[in-house]
Amino acid sequence: MSLLRLEPRGQASKAMVYATPLLAVALTLASGFILFLLLGFDPLKALYAFFVAPLTSTRGVGELIVKATPLVLCAVGLAIGFRANVWNIGAEGQLTIGAITGGGLALAFYGDGGWWLLPLMVIGGAAGGAAWAAVPAFLRLRFNASEILTSLMLNYVALLLLNYLVHGPFRDPDGFAFPESRLFEADAVMPILWSGTRVHLGALFALLAVAGGWVLMARTFIGFQIKVIGLTPAAAGYAGFDQKRIIWFALLLSGALAGLAGMGEVAGPIGQINASISPGYGYTAIIVAFLGRLHPVGILLAGLLMALSFIGGEAAQIAMNLPKAITGVFQGMLLFFLLASDVLIRYRVRFGARRAVA
Amino acid sequence: MHSHAETIPPDAAPPRLELRGITKRFPGCLANDHVDLILKPGEIHALLGENGAGKSTLVKMIYGVLHADSGVMLWQGKETTVPNPAGARKLGIGMVFQHFSLFDTLTVTENIALGLDEAGPMEALAERIRTVSERYGLALDPARHVFHLSVGERQRVEIVRCLLQDPKLLIMDEPTSVLTPQEAAKLFETLRRLAAEGCTILYISHKLEEIRALCSRATVLRAGKVVGACDPRQETARGLAEMMMGAELAIPERPPQAQAGAPRLSVRHLSTTSANPFATNLKDVSFEVRAGEILGIAGVAGNGQAELMAALSGETLIADATSVVIEGTAAGQLGPRARRALGLAFVPEERLGRGAVPELSLSENALLSGYAREPLVRGGMVHFARARAYAETIIKGFNVVAHGHRAEARSLSGGNLQKFIIGREILQRPKLLVVGQPTWGVDAGAAAAIHKALIGLARSGAAVLVISQDLDELFVLSDRISVLFHGRLSDSRPTHETSVERIGLLMGGLFGTPPDEDGEIVRAV
Repeated sequence: MSLLRLEPRGQASKAMVYATPLLAVALTLASGFILFLLLGFDPLKALYAFFVAPLTSTRGVGELIVKATPLVLCAVGLAIGFRANVWNIGAEGQLTIGAITGGGLALAFYGDGGWWLLPLMVIGGAAGGAAWAAVPAFLRLRFNASEILTSLMLNYVALLLLNYLVHGPFRDPDGFAFPESRLFEADAVMPILWSGTRVHLGALFALLAVAGGWVLMARTFIGFQIKVIGLTPAAAGYAGFDQKRIIWFALLLSGALAGLAGMGEVAGPIGQINASISPGYGYTAIIVAFLGRLHPVGILLAGLLMALSFIGGEAAQIAMNLPKAITGVFQGMLLFFLLASDVLIRYRVRFGARRAVA
Repeated sequence: MHSHAETIPPDAAPPRLELRGITKRFPGCLANDHVDLILKPGEIHALLGENGAGKSTLVKMIYGVLHADSGVMLWQGKETTVPNPAGARKLGIGMVFQHFSLFDTLTVTENIALGLDEAGPMEALAERIRTVSERYGLALDPARHVFHLSVGERQRVEIVRCLLQDPKLLIMDEPTSVLTPQEAAKLFETLRRLAAEGCTILYISHKLEEIRALCSRATVLRAGKVVGACDPRQETARGLAEMMMGAELAIPERPPQAQAGAPRLSVRHLSTTSANPFATNLKDVSFEVRAGEILGIAGVAGNGQAELMAALSGETLIADATSVVIEGTAAGQLGPRARRALGLAFVPEERLGRGAVPELSLSENALLSGYAREPLVRGGMVHFARARAYAETIIKGFNVVAHGHRAEARSLSGGNLQKFIIGREILQRPKLLVVGQPTWGVDAGAAAAIHKALIGLARSGAAVLVISQDLDELFVLSDRISVLFHGRLSDSRPTHETSVERIGLLMGGLFGTPPDEDGEIVRAV
């Protein structure tokens, strides 16, 4: 018999629910250490460049918040869906459509904006994302089509639509045929919250989403229904909860938040619509949601950590000539170690062989 | 040899199986605590105990599914360990589980071949099945597909599967819980014949009258320990129950029914068509439940109970809205929430996973259905203080043993969870309560409390519908009894004008039998 074995716990360990994300981070750092060593870099210096150096300047911290903003907005919405067993993989597409509709309003009213333009863009961005998420909701409820596949496929449709628009209707007439729109005018740009950085109003929206998500799940009856449907669908049917309504709710809400995130990108750090508005925020948000235990506050912390992996990867590229793929490797390792260490929630590790029956 | 074994006279055969000091600990509970058990060749030995007393754990260790932490097992006098069920079968130990493991779309022979370690060619196996089933009076056609078989026949498949391996010890876990009384009587004949041929039978059941009729010895477990052994033929059922509980049994009285009131639930010509080919469709089911009365619906599982429950709760909608009328309102097209608003409360057969969410606390589970008729939600926000108070009221009022309202539903024993669910529904003061299998797998003490609560609810003016496979229970509870068979419902009869035998015949499908005197029908069988 093996020297190391898993023994089921009588009850899921509450402590482990919070401890395993930390364990996953520690394992990721340890593996990163070995990886850097094997690649021939000084591991301590590389890890410092990756995880610490970005936090030593105001600009670095600001960038961290800028990157975390769309991640947190998307992940809060996704997590609410995941709690109800609604597997929206399409935040990337919803974010893209939000950027198109929100940013499209900025272009449509170019030259005659006013104080009302930005609020209109916020609504437009959220509505666009929600509309895009409504497609998988409808297909799921009408044809029982898996929202995992439909929402994922719509990501590519959204990206192609964006490409078409920036090469065509949205293209800057004075832009020498570059595939990008005009720069938004002042009325259509998110106000900066922290001078000297690019931290914009979207960060406040992200915090509101965290607070709202917490209230929804912890205090409201809809949140309770989401929990019950996710844990035990048969009990939800018995209690008379309307599962269709909850599926609509979860998809529209996560779509709206992703759309808001996309609008915040084009009206914030980017300032125009171009062909590369997201480095995969919508996908990374899935990792953020799980790393944050599908809990809004956890998502806030996980979003900051993942944002660090983005800017740390960039910093490490510049400072030490590390390959660009290192960001993806770290994000992947983090999710891998998290899923692997989650076994400790239900099992405990025992050393030594099982006592044989006398 | 151990000193203990030397106390057996040298001429006597060693016991078929002897357990000494078997202990098994699970995280947070001591399931078996130094259990000793001796099974002699050719005896039918009952293993008695309330739910959670450790019976299942013990037999699973004998069958090699679980492994003891300490203790000794002797098989025919020799120390043995059983590594797994295949090892148990090699020794000659067979087990018939309470829940069958058969594939609906395969034939009897194919199913049995899957469960045998060495099946051999199919034709030869079919022949062996035929021989064994004839020899022991277990009528069975090897070529039939399992989905055609009744529950009793399915059980025969499991028993024949064991008998083909020529067992010296046969373990039966609650074998009669799914049988009609007549089927059970047939099973007993088979078991007696097996015992007469020298096969030892270890028999687990809640039904004490059966044990008195069948078994010559009984070992009683309580909280993982052996607390006594007796000859059940010398004891009363009540005495056995009290030995199991370690306390006096309070049997609820059913006071005579006052005048039955207005109908609170009328079902008229209810038929269903399910997309699931293995579901039992209801065919033209009609009945009424009036204020103040308890109607019992008997029947072997799989005859349409699940479909009837879903049609009444609103989990399945009925095309003809008027075929289910609750409190005068045509409710066939209303979902569970709207039906609850009309005054329906509902206790499903599956407690964990339908009636309660395993991972949620008792206060959240109080909210699960309590939101419908209690002021627990205001303006879309959950009033958690009230949900907690409601859970505490249920826990106190129905003597639920739990670590307060924070306990997760899955941490409760079956009986305590059922008391909680029934309490949650009754405290909503329903006008109509529908209950499925109220005391299935619940120990005697909790069952008596649940029966008392149901009778109390009816006598306070509510209509109660009980759907159960347990005839003893239905005779304790019901004012009238009907039988569900193959999706059809028999006419109801007042309980005092009918008998277990007559209901048993209806459960076997003998509808339309002329209303002769009970005795004649029984003789006719």
